[in-house]
Amino acid sequence: MEKVLFIIFAVVAVLSALNILLQRSPLYSALSLIGTLASVSALFVMLNAQFIAAIQIVVYAGAIMVLFVFVIMLLNEPKGVPHIDKQRGLRFLAIPFAGLLLAEAFYVVSSVQLQQPATLSKVENPDQAFGTTWSIGTALYTHYLLPFEVTSVLILMAVVGAMVLARRDGD
Amino acid sequence: MPSGLKKFFSRDNLPNLIFTVLFLGAVGFVSYKYVWPNLERFEPTLVNFMMLSFLLFVVGVAGVLSRRNIIIIFMSIELILNAVNLNLIAFSRYFQINQEAFNTAFKSAGMTVNPLAGPVFTIFIIVVAAAEAAVGLGIVIALFRNRETIAIDEIDLLKF
Repeated sequence: MEKVLFIIFAVVAVLSALNILLQRSPLYSALSLIGTLASVSALFVMLNAQFIAAIQIVVYAGAIMVLFVFVIMLLNEPKGVPHIDKQRGLRFLAIPFAGLLLAEAFYVVSSVQLQQPATLSKVENPDQAFGTTWSIGTALYTHYLLPFEVTSVLILMAVVGAMVLARRDGD
Repeated sequence: MPSGLKKFFSRDNLPNLIFTVLFLGAVGFVSYKYVWPNLERFEPTLVNFMMLSFLLFVVGVAGVLSRRNIIIIFMSIELILNAVNLNLIAFSRYFQINQEAFNTAFKSAGMTVNPLAGPVFTIFIIVVAAAEAAVGLGIVIALFRNRETIAIDEIDLLKF
């Protein structure tokens, strides 16, 4: 069961990620990105990280993608921007480099030797899962309290920066 | 036929087409020879999650490198961050399952494994992604107001 779910969600994630690049309209790309995020969220549930899965849906697929779609609608670029046509010669250089990257990645993955058993998606008692709200909240407010507080400063800076960047000069 | 597909099969795109055919052929051959016979006893392991994360990362990098639309480049960056999140969660799940073994192995070094570091770090990455999206889209709106374009090769004031 778990392997079927893993294969389904992995294939959906990769295919909709590729669809982001192949679509010409940014709106369809945003929809494909939502598909990828939802599939990765389902994989998070398989990895017993339920809270991260919920955060992924709520924050990423909810808030951030709404922001993206809002900007796409606001800019209202009538036709999609075409691909880069300059530097045609680099295209022939790209193929060996892509092959090199793939060979390197397959070498790395095939040379991984795990000392411990690596089967991840066992279904177990949800109370003992490490991704519950209780365990993450305990870690976040005790051991990682200082990074958490610094994050709030980061958010404040981002809000002020976005406001300053997006307002008109006259306002 | 969507125009993207038509362009993909056009004559200008012949190198990419050849590479894609070769790559798909290699993937099909490898999966027929090695993956398909072993599918019965397949279990999603750490290595599989690493491979999926690598694929999502590479697709994101390809999007950053190949598209002109700055909004799609932002989406590709989100995809890259999500691939990293998946890797973090898979590794922390692996550490959680084998916590005793790792703790005994690291005892001489005085270290203990904290499997909660992965989810907490993932939350921080999501927060940074949200902040980056807000500031980046603010920059896009300011640019579009001044230059009337969102194609990155026409935004070259800082190029020289």
